Amino acid sequence: MNKSFSILAAAEGAHSPVVPQPAEIIVGLVAFTILFLLLRAKAVPKFEAAYKARTDAIQGGMERAEKAQLEAENALRSYTAQLAEARGESQKLREEARVEGAEIIEQMRATAQEEASRITAAARAAIEAERQQALNSLVSEVGSIATALASKIVGESLDDQVRQSRVVERFLSDLESNSEAKK
Amino acid sequence: MSVLLAKAESGFTPPSAADFEFQPIFGHSIYFTKPVFMVFLSVIVISVFFITSARKAAIVPSRMQFAGESVYGFVRKTIGEEVIGPEFMRFMPFLFSIFTFVLVNNLFGIFPLLQFPTMSRIGFPISITICTYLVYHFVSVKHKGLLPYLKEICFMPGIPKPVYLILTPVEIATYFITRPLTLAMRLFANMFAGHLLLLIFTLGGEYLLHSGLIFKFMSIFSFGFAIGLTFFEFGIQCLQAYIFTLLSALYIAGALSDEH
Repeated sequence: MNKSFSILAAAEGAHSPVVPQPAEIIVGLVAFTILFLLLRAKAVPKFEAAYKARTDAIQGGMERAEKAQLEAENALRSYTAQLAEARGESQKLREEARVEGAEIIEQMRATAQEEASRITAAARAAIEAERQQALNSLVSEVGSIATALASKIVGESLDDQVRQSRVVERFLSDLESNSEAKK
Repeated sequence: MSVLLAKAESGFTPPSAADFEFQPIFGHSIYFTKPVFMVFLSVIVISVFFITSARKAAIVPSRMQFAGESVYGFVRKTIGEEVIGPEFMRFMPFLFSIFTFVLVNNLFGIFPLLQFPTMSRIGFPISITICTYLVYHFVSVKHKGLLPYLKEICFMPGIPKPVYLILTPVEIATYFITRPLTLAMRLFANMFAGHLLLLIFTLGGEYLLHSGLIFKFMSIFSFGFAIGLTFFEFGIQCLQAYIFTLLSALYIAGALSDEH
């Protein structure tokens, strides 16, 4: 083709492109071997080291985060438990106080009741005693007054003790029967 | 190049395989051609970049470390871990070297000033293929033992006997000829064809630019196509680097697996 136009091209054209030049194979082998040795010694181990360090760092970070989260969860759980406990405790205390209060009130009420009834009873007894006393004095006084009155009226001396009392009894029973008859 | 000089007086000369031939930059040694220098340049670029970016190995990466790690992580995850499985760490330096070496040499094809994919010189794909070839056979022999390995290739278990007549030659060819051949050829051919396409459109555009008025106008399309194809080439260059590494990993994975 261009053989006729260029001496150089003609010289080169003798080579078919698919026929290798041994020199190039040798150069290729040498160059590739140098490259291989360099990369194997200096590049690949470093890349692998960086890769490993990075993986470790990420994994370590993730582990730390997981641990922190676990701790936080535990803390939360314990706080919640403590809170629930405290709440229960306060509930119990309140309940106890309520019961106690009710008991105290009940007790006070009972005491007051007792006191009141005691006072009432005492008052009643005092009244009864006074009434009895009044009745007794009345009986004797009424007797003597009536006797005096009767003796004056009848003119009869009734100083005899026995007779006097008999007369009074009779008078009183008459009075009582009269009052019953009236009812 | 020579073609450009030649076509000025004698019409358009389409680019050809001759455009992939380089004379020594100085002296007469075949070791001092442009592709050879580019291969060594790629070794320097790759090792400097990845060694400096990996040097600190910080947990929080710098921008450069992140870039380096992204490439390494890509090979590690999508090729190493997924294809080879639990034992992939042993092969990471190898796979990573293949990927970066092929990738950078491919990308030279669209890199300004260099603009030549080194892998379009078949010698270089062959040299990496030799490495892969040796590695996967070596791993197989080490993992399974020489005789069981050969027996597995020649007599695949669980197959009716008459089938071996066809299968055995195919298997032998696969393991010893087809695999390395396709591995090297695929990479070479992709890079060769891609570069040739770019040459056609750029040289064609240039030729049109030096022609009549209407052709000058037409050269815009030619250059536009060349630019579009450059992006396309970028994709292919990355893809081929990936495929080469992936297949190498697959062959190694096959060598490690107990089942056929």
